[in-house]
Amino acid sequence: MKAKTRGAAKSPVSRNLRSFGAALNKGKTPYILSMVLLVVGTVLVYFSPRSIPAFLLFAIAASLAYFLDMKKWVKLGLAVLIAVVIVPILGARNIFYLEVIFQISVFAALALGLNIVVGFSGLLNFGYMAFYAVGAYLWGFFGSQQPFLLHEIPGTAPPGTHFFMAADWFYLFIFLGVIVAAVVGLVMGLPVLRVRGDYLAIITLGCGEIIRQLANNLDKPLNLTNGPQGITPIQRPTLPNELLAFFNRLFEPLVGHKVTGSQFYDIMFYLIAVIVVVVVIVVTYRLEDSKIGRAWAAIREDELAAQAMGIPANKLKLGAFAVGASFAGAMGVLFAASRTFVSPESFTFLQSVGVLTMVILGGIGSISGVIIGAAVVTVLNLQVLQSFSLYLAQLRQSEAVIPIINFHWKDLSNQLDPSKYQRLVFGIILILMMIYRPAGIIPAARRKRELKASPEGPENDASDQAEPKGADRG
Amino acid sequence: MADTALILETRDVVKRFGGLTAVNKMTFAMEAGRIYSIIGPNGAGKTTFFNALSGLYKPEEGTISFEGRRIDGLVPEKVTALHMARTFQNIRLFGGMTVVENIMVGAYTRLRQSAVQTVLRTKAYKAEEARAEARAEELMRYVGLRGVGNELAGSLPYGGQRRVEIARALASEPRLLLLDEPTAGMNPAETEDATSLFRRLRDELGITILLIEHDMRVVMNISERISVMDYGEKIAEGEPKEIASNPKVIEAYLGRGAAAGGGAADIASGDAP
Repeated sequence: MKAKTRGAAKSPVSRNLRSFGAALNKGKTPYILSMVLLVVGTVLVYFSPRSIPAFLLFAIAASLAYFLDMKKWVKLGLAVLIAVVIVPILGARNIFYLEVIFQISVFAALALGLNIVVGFSGLLNFGYMAFYAVGAYLWGFFGSQQPFLLHEIPGTAPPGTHFFMAADWFYLFIFLGVIVAAVVGLVMGLPVLRVRGDYLAIITLGCGEIIRQLANNLDKPLNLTNGPQGITPIQRPTLPNELLAFFNRLFEPLVGHKVTGSQFYDIMFYLIAVIVVVVVIVVTYRLEDSKIGRAWAAIREDELAAQAMGIPANKLKLGAFAVGASFAGAMGVLFAASRTFVSPESFTFLQSVGVLTMVILGGIGSISGVIIGAAVVTVLNLQVLQSFSLYLAQLRQSEAVIPIINFHWKDLSNQLDPSKYQRLVFGIILILMMIYRPAGIIPAARRKRELKASPEGPENDASDQAEPKGADRG
Repeated sequence: MADTALILETRDVVKRFGGLTAVNKMTFAMEAGRIYSIIGPNGAGKTTFFNALSGLYKPEEGTISFEGRRIDGLVPEKVTALHMARTFQNIRLFGGMTVVENIMVGAYTRLRQSAVQTVLRTKAYKAEEARAEARAEELMRYVGLRGVGNELAGSLPYGGQRRVEIARALASEPRLLLLDEPTAGMNPAETEDATSLFRRLRDELGITILLIEHDMRVVMNISERISVMDYGEKIAEGEPKEIASNPKVIEAYLGRGAAAGGGAADIASGDAP
């Protein structure tokens, strides 16, 4: 039964993979395996905080724990241990990791939100970043000095300008971001009542651009957004000093140095992002497996039939837009605070496409797939190619020579810097995925229910209705 | 005018597509607890009439009353909520969803839990979901499907898909069920099974059934009354025997020449289209 849920895989490779997976899931193996991997990964990252392979091993160990067959509470315990203890300690040794995980969390929430619209309900949305922008500008405006600069020429705030709100309103604004983005989502979703498919994609693209252009141009007549320069500084919530002291008391020997305030901010934002993502995952999962999720799927499959079965398609489509938007709104607020800066640059069409890529690459409609997709794309963007570039740069400076062909590394052209080819590599990966695994890294599967009348089970009540034969043959 | 015994009543329903009048002044009435059929050559407007009944089309003229209540112009989900359900001529299951999920979708209008309760997973919500699932399974068995609850609906054989479609319609607890060519593409054994299922729906569950059907054996066998449509109009109505010998019907089906010959016998014996 378990094997079936992984979707229909026919190639020998995936069959081997599956039997390999089954071997991993026997008896105590998963517990031992995940423990060993986790310890090894943690130790590696701990001692070589700058090593990318070590970090990737750690990340894989952490995500493998999710996919192995273990008791639910063991998984939960592991997740909490990793999220609250291990990652902050490792992150304090190399803040860059926290940044990576923070970005993965942000994009995971965005991808999950878009997945509700595109994956669950089948409505293409090319303007998804607009909702993220709404959240970001919401806190960007109220959490900065901007409300006092409405009649100023765009530029930096004159010295001595007060902040409009106390910094700790930030926490409330996460919820406000949810609500405001949901409302904007409803408005932007109105076209779905009239158009579908390609037309909807174009309209959402247009709406997304409108929001970005508004951000770009609303510096006059009233200076609401500070135009292309963006708003800065934006406040962060006040640093919980007792918590910082507590963290230092507990973990200083492990971290190796005292964690400073700005480092602790990174830990804090990382934790808030993780909490938001967890809430988003729970909400998404519960919606998917409910009458609402079933109705979304029905609309995606056949809207007319869904309506004839009693599903108010318009209401549910708008609902999908609103829910999807709300996730992005919350993350937007968080983003604005963590960067202390928002500008229209962050919300381009390309960004919207990037999130869509995460959804499609990970597995459209699949919750775990979409999260993995967000992680893969973010890591690809941030780390792998850049570190490869760095490595090549080092080679270039060295005297190393490739033997047989007698190639001096220092002759390597700067044009061949891999980080310049990020988009190219990315495109190739996408093309290969679409050819060989079109349903994504982890394809979506319908939930299998524990039904009483299982195919293997004895049919004691076979006599109650008379015609099973015709049904079986069809 | 609203006779309580009439579950469905239409008056002068007209549906046009541009210059084409697909349904023209269709007046039709049906008593509760009966099995009626609508027959007619291809393109006669039968399915369009069904679509108008179930709210997918809004008729240009005329009225449709269901259980004494005007339903013309209502959106499909409202019509379903009033306990009228339908199946489609070309099976329209949600192929990528499991059989049980398909049937549970049919129960949408009967589930009361709000989005907030869904997200909070309240006790009431869980109980309702469990009930819906159990009911879906029960319906699956009722239409004669076993052990396929977790299969994707699209992977089922044809006859199985027809059954799922009926179960899905039943999940909305209909008092009137519209079946659009429910036995199309079935072999004789399956057709017989299906016919007895329709009877059971009426006899055991008390559901009124209106069929569109091409298979004359089914029509003559099961219907208590038949209406014949041609070019969007009702050209005849009556009991199966009367219809089989009605020259207008024979003409509509077989052309003018056949009306003089033995066409009636052909229709009655089921060899007609």
